Amino acid sequence: MELLVFVLASAMVLAGAIGVIACNNPVHAALGLVLTLFGIAVHFVSMEAHFLAAVQVIVYAGAIVVLFLFVIMLLGVDRAEDLSVEPFQIQRPLAVIVGVAISGLVIAAVVRGRSTLGEQLESGVPGDDNIRELARSLFSDNVFAFELTSVLLIVAVVGTVVLTRRQRGGASK
Amino acid sequence: MTPTTTWYLVLAAVLFGVGVVGLMIRRNPLVMFMCIELMLNAVNLSFVAFAQAFTDISGQTAVFFVMVVAAAEVVVGLGIIIAILRRRPGATIDDLAELKG
Repeated sequence: MELLVFVLASAMVLAGAIGVIACNNPVHAALGLVLTLFGIAVHFVSMEAHFLAAVQVIVYAGAIVVLFLFVIMLLGVDRAEDLSVEPFQIQRPLAVIVGVAISGLVIAAVVRGRSTLGEQLESGVPGDDNIRELARSLFSDNVFAFELTSVLLIVAVVGTVVLTRRQRGGASK
Repeated sequence: MTPTTTWYLVLAAVLFGVGVVGLMIRRNPLVMFMCIELMLNAVNLSFVAFAQAFTDISGQTAVFFVMVVAAAEVVVGLGIIIAILRRRPGATIDDLAELKG
């Protein structure tokens, strides 16, 4: 059962990722991103990280992808990009080589270090305890960083408003 | 046969590699942003896998902060992209090499 969930969710993740990098149309790429994010959320649930799975669906699939789609529609860049035109001939093969090399390096490191991980996934903190544990960690050990995230979000919002504000009539202030 | 931590880490590595390839071959700035999201999610997946393997909640806390920073980063990045594309419609990454608005 767990194996089936893992295989299906991994297929979702990888199919969505391939969709993101291979679709000509940015809207289709955003939908591929949604598929990937849902697959990751399924993985989170199967690893007992229930709170993060919910946040993944709400924040990523709900907010970030909608923001992407909003910008695509707003700018009208949803026409297809022609992927067959390649300005630098060598770039695409080199990119694939670099990507495969990075993946291979990490996989090799994981396989080599497998003995330190322990082969069997222990069933961690069960059910509701996950949220309780996460809250305890957030509000005791990491409370300073948690407060700083509010400052970060405010700065990001104000900065974006300033960046995208239309300046009227050449009166650039 | 149940999936072990190693499987999740291998999946995260593959997803990260796909994100890297996409970042290098795409020219649309929005799609490049999506590829960055793919890479962030790969790292999140490995964080949660490690948190599960060592039964330590700190990994999940790190994922929480990564999500917050990713949200802020997307907001600012899309704001910059809107500001650029409003002046130069249809610009790809190659057209933005001069850092002039």
